[in-house]
Amino acid sequence: MNTTEDDPAAGAVTADLRLRVNDRSRPVCVDTRETLLDTLRERLDLTGAKKGCDHGQCGACTVLLDGRRVKSCLVLTVTADDREITTVEGLARDGGLHPLQEAFVANDALQCGYCTPGQLCSALGMLAEAAQGWPSAVTPTDAGDGEVRLDEAEIRERMSGNLCRCGAYRGMVEAIGEVAR
Amino acid sequence: MRPFTYVRPGDAAEAVAAAAAPDAAYLGGGTNLVDLMRLGVATPGTLVDVTRVAGDEIEELPGGEVRVGAAVRNADLAGHPLIRRRYPMLAQAVVAGASGQIRNMATVAGNLLQRTRCPYFQDVTKPCNKRNPGSGCPARDGEHRDLAVLGHSAACVATHPSDMAVAMAALGAVVHVAGADGPRALPLPGLHRLPGDHPERDTLLRPGDLITAVDLPVLPMAARSRYRKVRDRASFAFAVVSVAAALEVDHGSGGPVVRDCRLALGGVAHTPWRAEAAETALRGGPATEEAFARAAGAELAAARPLPGNAFKVPLARNLIVRTLAGLVEGSS
Ligand SMILES: Cc1cc2nc3c(=O)[nH]c(=O)nc-3n(C[C@H](O)[C@H](O)[C@H](O)COP(=O)(O)OP(=O)(O)OC[C@H]3O[C@@H](n4cnc5c(N)ncnc54)[C@H](O)[C@@H]3O)c2cc1C
Ligand code: SF4
Ligand code: FES
Ligand code: FES
Repeated sequence: MNTTEDDPAAGAVTADLRLRVNDRSRPVCVDTRETLLDTLRERLDLTGAKKGCDHGQCGACTVLLDGRRVKSCLVLTVTADDREITTVEGLARDGGLHPLQEAFVANDALQCGYCTPGQLCSALGMLAEAAQGWPSAVTPTDAGDGEVRLDEAEIRERMSGNLCRCGAYRGMVEAIGEVAR
Repeated sequence: MRPFTYVRPGDAAEAVAAAAAPDAAYLGGGTNLVDLMRLGVATPGTLVDVTRVAGDEIEELPGGEVRVGAAVRNADLAGHPLIRRRYPMLAQAVVAGASGQIRNMATVAGNLLQRTRCPYFQDVTKPCNKRNPGSGCPARDGEHRDLAVLGHSAACVATHPSDMAVAMAALGAVVHVAGADGPRALPLPGLHRLPGDHPERDTLLRPGDLITAVDLPVLPMAARSRYRKVRDRASFAFAVVSVAAALEVDHGSGGPVVRDCRLALGGVAHTPWRAEAAETALRGGPATEEAFARAAGAELAAARPLPGNAFKVPLARNLIVRTLAGLVEGSS
């Protein structure tokens, strides 16, 4: 990565990097101030991840970084240059939807759809966390490394970082539970 | 946002050297700092990314203590078997905070050093002694429902928002720091300071100090400990009041007696608040709800609530009693 002090008037600092997004390597030149969410949407034409709040509070911008769910509105793009980024656009395989996407459709897990890309990425990250036995606020944490049973309470707690203004939660809990089983 | 140079040092010494640049700040997960930069509250000219150099392992030391690297992500801390088994209140505190995504990003050091959620602090159009020393404290006569009842000053009534730090204060964790003058250790509580006349300083760290690790002491009673948090919604909200407690009870013929205990409060002060007066009152006394209420009263006698947050005092009292009583029930 090269950092150059561009445009001394504005004092903007830019960096040339390669981002690995959805299994493709993409060269970008970004302002150090740019967030991953803005780079994905404004430079790479990946508009699946949405900007709801830009403060880490809504989850609409959730993507996977090295397989773990994060809020891309709080990730500076310069910090992500050698990491594997997966957005909702990278979930479908061989022309078919991901099973979680299918389950969202089958269970009416969305209304306007604005929060959906973030919900999908978050749910995928969450399923991987549960498979590793990570605790949550509704798991007895001292139980050790036991298996997590993703009942409704667990799913709601583990998905609480993703808000849905349409209130399509019921369908989402169903869809995620179906894929978890 | 002010433009800044981004630096990714190769090791901790390089990080400390890079932080000597004027207006430099360390970057952990960025979940607090990036937000404050966007709000114009933080305006660093250089960001030194320490996520790869501040230590990312959890290991047992020869003496039995557990060392947590400063760059360990909050999610990895809560999920680690050593933490879950030996210090359940710490794992519980972490998973009670923020959301799954944020816990994946946030680091241990960043969590300790996150800044207050006082709404005036986060709004650069408002006066605030913490952000702009000498400009005044509008919270005292304004919106202070979520702010401090203990240890505040005329200058500032802010609270420290961390859940994790409350459990670490109860445990008596030790924070290791690398600075321009070499390594140092600061105990918790003791890293954070009360606001006094200088609310702009949250901690006793010096400029350029890099947190490298947090050591958790050998404390067998912590294996049965609990973190309880009261918040405005069931999940994904900061604490209104929280309690971290560990209790060692003797079940003798005269009824259960407190042999030893640890107690800390969150959401009530500028620091994670170790409840030493309550601990003293509890040790050697009966492990009954009446005794727990008296101990809570001894701690909260020093409370000076504001009109909008007086409810926190009985809330803290009840939460202390319920949490301790729950630990006694689990112990017989
Ligand atoms: C929507 C939302 C909800 C939240 N809810 C909760 C909650 O309920 N409970 C809770 O406890 N927290 C909550 N948080 C806060 C969150 O826990 C903190 O933002 C996070 O822990 C900060 O860690 P970080 O690594 O991202 O720090 P950063 O944002 O990277 O840094 C924070 C500070 O620490 C400094 N720093 C970082 N690393 C080091 C180091 N190694 N040495 C010295 N200085 C360093 C930085 O310079 C900065 O000043 C919430 C945050 C958000 C955005
Ligand atoms: S309470 Fe502290 S942080 Fe809040 S406005 Fe007053 S001085 Fe600022
Ligand atoms: S846009 Fe990132 S959490 Fe809302
Ligand atoms: S479907 Fe509309 S916000 Fe969730």
